[in-house]
Amino acid sequence: MKTPLLAAIATAACTTATVQQTTLQPAQAKADSGRTHYTAADVHFVAGMIGHHAQAIQMAGWAPSHGASPAVRVLCERIVVAQNDEIAFAQRWLREHQEFVPPADPRGHVMPGMDHPMLMPGMLTPDQMTQLDAAHGREFDRLFLTFMIQHHQGAITMVAQLLAAPGAAQDGPIFRFAADVNADQTTEIDRMTRMLDALNRSAQ
Amino acid sequence: MKSHSLFAWSAIVALSGAACATSKVNMSTTAPSPDPRVGLRAGWMNAAQAAWNIRLVSTTPPSPDFINRSTPGDFQFTNSDLSFTGPYVIQGNYSGVQVWDITDLRRPRLHKAFVCPGSQSDVSVYRTLLFVSGEALNGRTDCGTQGVTDTVSHDRLRGIRIFDITDIANPRHITDVQTCRGSHTHTVVTSPTDTANVYIYVSGSAPVRSPNELAGCSSAPPDSNPGSALFRIEVIQVPLAHPEQARIVNSPRIFQDLVAPARHGEAPEDIAAAAKAAAEARANGGFTATRNGVEVVLGPRFVTFRLDSIVKARGGTGAPTAADSAVLRTNAQAIVDRMVTPVPRGNGPPPGPTQCHDITVYPAIGLAGGACGGYGLLLDIRDVANPKRIAAVADSNFSFWHSATFNNDGTKILFTDEWGGGLQPRCRVTDKPEWGADAIFTLAGSTMTFQSYYKLPAPQTPNENCVAHNGTLIPIPGRDIMVQGWYQGGISVFDWTDPAHPREVAYFDRGPMDSTKLVGAGSWSAYWYNGYIVSSEIARGLDIFELRPSGFISQNEIDAAKLVHFDYLNAQDQPKLVWPASFVVARAYLDQLARSNGLAPEKLSAARSALARAEKLSGQARRDALAQLATQLNGDSQGAPQPVVDGPVRTLVAAVTDLANAAR
Repeated sequence: MKTPLLAAIATAACTTATVQQTTLQPAQAKADSGRTHYTAADVHFVAGMIGHHAQAIQMAGWAPSHGASPAVRVLCERIVVAQNDEIAFAQRWLREHQEFVPPADPRGHVMPGMDHPMLMPGMLTPDQMTQLDAAHGREFDRLFLTFMIQHHQGAITMVAQLLAAPGAAQDGPIFRFAADVNADQTTEIDRMTRMLDALNRSAQ
Repeated sequence: MKSHSLFAWSAIVALSGAACATSKVNMSTTAPSPDPRVGLRAGWMNAAQAAWNIRLVSTTPPSPDFINRSTPGDFQFTNSDLSFTGPYVIQGNYSGVQVWDITDLRRPRLHKAFVCPGSQSDVSVYRTLLFVSGEALNGRTDCGTQGVTDTVSHDRLRGIRIFDITDIANPRHITDVQTCRGSHTHTVVTSPTDTANVYIYVSGSAPVRSPNELAGCSSAPPDSNPGSALFRIEVIQVPLAHPEQARIVNSPRIFQDLVAPARHGEAPEDIAAAAKAAAEARANGGFTATRNGVEVVLGPRFVTFRLDSIVKARGGTGAPTAADSAVLRTNAQAIVDRMVTPVPRGNGPPPGPTQCHDITVYPAIGLAGGACGGYGLLLDIRDVANPKRIAAVADSNFSFWHSATFNNDGTKILFTDEWGGGLQPRCRVTDKPEWGADAIFTLAGSTMTFQSYYKLPAPQTPNENCVAHNGTLIPIPGRDIMVQGWYQGGISVFDWTDPAHPREVAYFDRGPMDSTKLVGAGSWSAYWYNGYIVSSEIARGLDIFELRPSGFISQNEIDAAKLVHFDYLNAQDQPKLVWPASFVVARAYLDQLARSNGLAPEKLSAARSALARAEKLSGQARRDALAQLATQLNGDSQGAPQPVVDGPVRTLVAAVTDLANAAR
């Protein structure tokens, strides 16, 4: 019986591939001197995004039980996957930098020593969450799109605040993460705006 | 699977070398099962590998200034895109640029490395010029490594760096063209009519910088600031005689009035639900109309309001009659059509993509494919400095339109969806095959029609960033074959000649960088260049591959592909593939006819023999033999299905005729 390994071998090369071994010196003065450092603004951005995303996941998770239309359900499904992965990224980055890793609390950004989670920009107030949770079907779609546009705009505000902080986003992964959030959520706001337009028009 | 993962990479290489002595070309068209890409052992330079119909020729680790031995996959040293000139591969990196001499494919040699931080260092060449994209906040005009910590600084470079590489071992900085959003990617565009200049389309997806840093930059909506850096791309003109005078000559608003186009990628549940509801409504005397190609039920508010209007219009009162209903039924579609056309918006920014992620130009056909936010755009670029949008597609399964590739004859276009931006693991078993995939469209005039999705078919682990990314066509005549990098999903070669049924024909993959966490790595881009596939491995360096013959691709087809030679290549400036008159090209077409059973085996066999005989002849004798073969083939194809006659047979006859004309 062919094992996967043998299958790989059978179809592999006739001549062996070469892996070049360069001499890697421990001294990397030039590159390492450029090693950038992160600031409190970077930590606040990454940590704050955890609670921010957690709320989006909770909102999107209501789609099946709240009678959302198939189009909104597809959108929600993608939001859940995307934002879960980004929370994982944020937690990984904080852990690697020995920073406090807040829990993914949909009520907001949890900071050590504070009693209540803090709402990050765009996050829904408890009243708004209650309102959304109470909606069903078409009304859920309308409220969800309205609130998620607000929520996403908040993420873009967080990116803008980050970039306005001196010395922030010099660390490569943070800039890339912030730029991805900016690009993805701008695109999704556009998509949701059109969905909301279509919903409002078909109600005429 | 466990025993599999115990093998070290070196063991596989040794075994494969030994196995080859007795192994023949694998002509099977069945992929190995179970897929050997699943369960590969993790590692940095020693991860386990799986390959099918492709051979890894060499892996060259990053040069000393571009690697951190103590931190595998250090983000700071991310390898990015590739460009090619002569024997050199220019590899972008978040910390600068490396130039490799690949004259010896087994041992690429570092020709020059220069440190110049600022992601993502997208690279392009044109003659003696090198262009490098800068987007991140830490990029400096002096290429210094200290970053730029001030929020506003004239030391910051976000835009295009231009170097003179007349002596590629000593690149000379010429100038920078700063842009408001920086340059995430850029595309070199050549004009068939304007040979004094080369143009660059700049795409930037990062936030807009302060006007204090670069005058005129504004992130306000265009309504309130006509100079807004949103909703546009930048066009840079580079005078070839004076590249130091490179400047932005146009900022076309190619998104202007972009309305929601047909959502061809409607979720199947949406279509099914809408069809069911419409059928039920019709059965009950309700009103329906077609919107964006889907039949929808017109709600009670719509119906009541319109019926009332009809009653009033005829000067009547009270409840609408059957005649009023008939009037509405006749006019409903026209009313809906008016409703779905754009209406002027009130306050607030217009919707629409504010920027492109990447643009692939195909000057030979005067078109470009723009991957822009939530849209795939088709641009007319015949006036290079003034690209104009001529069509747009959206897709409810697409998150972020990332890049485009045309097929060679310009009848198809493939867009990629970089869902998650490339940092996320989007090829897990749980990720849908239509998400983070390629979407293939046929292209007729300015109409793009969706055909299918293609996604890397092998599931990857949650520790491997994976999504559709950069690739190019493999120049196999008569077919649309493409190689594409999928980050840690490896590289995938697939056939999209039949746009509705793309299928994988070769692959290479490594195990994850780390079995416990996601460390970014994998193929940023995999491009065919002069006979080989070159892949920029984010963390592992430069990989070079050779395609192997298989049941999908014959040796003749590979040899024909190797006839296509470029002096230089920028993948996003797509060159027209042209094959010289050659016997191997004719044999490649014969192989294709054999594979598709387009001609009877005995006729093919006779044609092969005739071709071989002609090859031994010269001058008039060769011309006569080939002319006779062309006539014979036309006769042989009598009775064959019309698509075969119009397609492969005609192509083959043309190739044989070309050969006859070229005979000396």
